Amino acid sequence: MVVRTWRHMQERYNLIGKKCTTCGKVYFPSRKVCPECRRKGEMEDIQLSGKGIVYTYSIVRAPPKDFQKESPYIVGIIALEEGTKITGQIDCDLDKIEIGMPVQTEFRKIKEDGKSGVISYGYKFVPTVH
Amino acid sequence: MKDIAIIGYGQTKFGELWESSFRELLVDSGVKAIENAKVDGDDIDAMYVGTMSGGLFVGQEHTASLIADYAGLNPIPCTRVEAACASGSLALRSACMSIAAGQHDVVLVGGVEKMTDVADPTGAIATASDQEWEAFVGATFPSLYAMMAKRYMYEYGLTLEQLSTWSSIAHENAVNNKYAQFRSKVSVEQVMRASPVADPLTLLHCSPVSDGAASMIVCDADKATDYADKDDIIYIKAFTQASDTIALHDRPNMTTLEAAKVASNYAYKMAGVGADKIDVAEVHDCFAINGLVLTEDLGFCKKGTAGKFIEEGNTRIDNDKFVTINPSGGLKAAGHALGATGIRQVGELYWQLKQDKECKDRQSAINNGYGIAANVGGTGGTVCTHLLSVDR
Ligand SMILES: [Zn+2]
Repeated sequence: MVVRTWRHMQERYNLIGKKCTTCGKVYFPSRKVCPECRRKGEMEDIQLSGKGIVYTYSIVRAPPKDFQKESPYIVGIIALEEGTKITGQIDCDLDKIEIGMPVQTEFRKIKEDGKSGVISYGYKFVPTVH
Repeated sequence: MKDIAIIGYGQTKFGELWESSFRELLVDSGVKAIENAKVDGDDIDAMYVGTMSGGLFVGQEHTASLIADYAGLNPIPCTRVEAACASGSLALRSACMSIAAGQHDVVLVGGVEKMTDVADPTGAIATASDQEWEAFVGATFPSLYAMMAKRYMYEYGLTLEQLSTWSSIAHENAVNNKYAQFRSKVSVEQVMRASPVADPLTLLHCSPVSDGAASMIVCDADKATDYADKDDIIYIKAFTQASDTIALHDRPNMTTLEAAKVASNYAYKMAGVGADKIDVAEVHDCFAINGLVLTEDLGFCKKGTAGKFIEEGNTRIDNDKFVTINPSGGLKAAGHALGATGIRQVGELYWQLKQDKECKDRQSAINNGYGIAANVGGTGGTVCTHLLSVDR
C-alpha cells in the first residue's frame, strides 16, 4: 500500500496527466496507451489546471473505515477544463453542492492509515472563487 | 459450435447464513443441481466456480481446488473465474464455451460468496472499483451508483418516487421466493425514508450483503435427454460478455452501461430474437438505479423512460404485454451473494421458462419462450448476458 501511494505522487500532488498528441485527448490518471489511437498514439505529460465543473456527486453517509471522521462528505466526478473527468471529494456545504458548479483543486490530506500509519495526500475540490 | 442445454439447477437460501461455511454452501447447491439433473458425479467432466473474493471475505484463495476436493469431484478440472459481481455468469459462460468447443459434455457450474464472516465487507466490495483513483479518495460502491443516479435524474428528470418504486416491486416479488433474503413488502414511502447511504440512495435502494450459492448442470444439447426429461431441458442460445472502463469517471456517459448494450445486442443477434420477444428477464439491480438503466440498455424501453415504464407497472409479473423483470425479487430483495448472483439469475430464468413448481407463485407468462439475464461486474466494467430458450 505504501509503494502504491508513492508511485502516484507526481500525478496526485501536481495533477500531471497524459495527452495523446495524435488525437488530442487528455487522460488522468496517466495511461501508457491511448484507447482511441492505441499504438498509433503518442502520449506526453500534461499539467492540468485543476479547474472544472461538478458533473455528478453524492453525499457519502455510510463511509469506509478510513473516512469515518469526515462523514458525511461529498464525493463527486468533476469534468475538468481539459476534457477529462476525475473523481474526488468536494469540500463545500452539503446543501450548496449542485451539478454544474465550478470547482478547483486544492492540495489536501486525504486519509491516515491508522494512528501511526501512512498519511496520504492529494487533491480535493473546492468551489471556485470569482 | 455445439448447442448447450441446462438440465439441472439448485441454490441455497441467500442471506446471513452464519451456520454454513463457504465450502458447505457451494457443495449444498451443487448436490441439489446434480440430483435435479439426474447425473452422477462420474458423468461430470469439468467444473467452473465463480467467486469474487474468497481471499478478502474468508481468507481463502485457490478456491477451485478446494471446491473440487470438498465436493468429491477430483480429479476433474475445476477452474475459478473472477469478474467481481459478474463472476457467476462468467463461470457459466466459460462452461458454455468449453461445451460449444466440444471439450466437455457435462459441466457443473457453481457460484458462491460468503460475505458475512468479515466485520467490514465494504472494503472488500470496494476492490471491484478502481482502488487507486476511486476508493482512494473515499468513493464507496453505493456512492458510485449514487452518482449515476444523480446524473440520470439531472438528465432525464427521474424522480425519487420512481426510483423507489423499483425496490418496492422487488420486495413484493420476493415474498413468493423461499430462497430470498427479504420476504417482506416495503412501500415506496418506506424506501424513500430508509436511512441514507449515499444521496440520493437509501438503504432500501441497495442490495444487501449476503451469503449464498447457486449451481447448475449444463451439457451438450445432443446428450441432454440421456439424463433429463424433455420438459426439464432449457437451451442457452447466447452467452456474451463485454468490457468497459473500470472507473466510472472515464465514461463519456454515466446514465447507461455501454457494456450491457454491447453484450445484450450481441446476445439478441446470436439467438436471432429481439428484445420484444423476451418473456422474462433477470437484471442486475445491486442498486435500484442499475435496474432502471439495464431495463433501457437491454432494449425493453426507450432511453430515459425507465422510471415511468416501471412506475406504470409494465414489468410486473401479472403484466401480459411486456417483459417480466426480476420475478425472483432481484438482487435487491432476493439477495446478492456476489459470485453466486449470475448463476442465480439464470437459474430463475430456467425455472420460469419451464414453469417449474419452484416459481409457481411468481410465474411470468411464457408466450415466446425466451428469457435473458444481465449480470454486472463493478460499476459496469464487465457485463455478461445469457439468453435462454424453451426450444433448441
Ligand atoms: Zn489518441
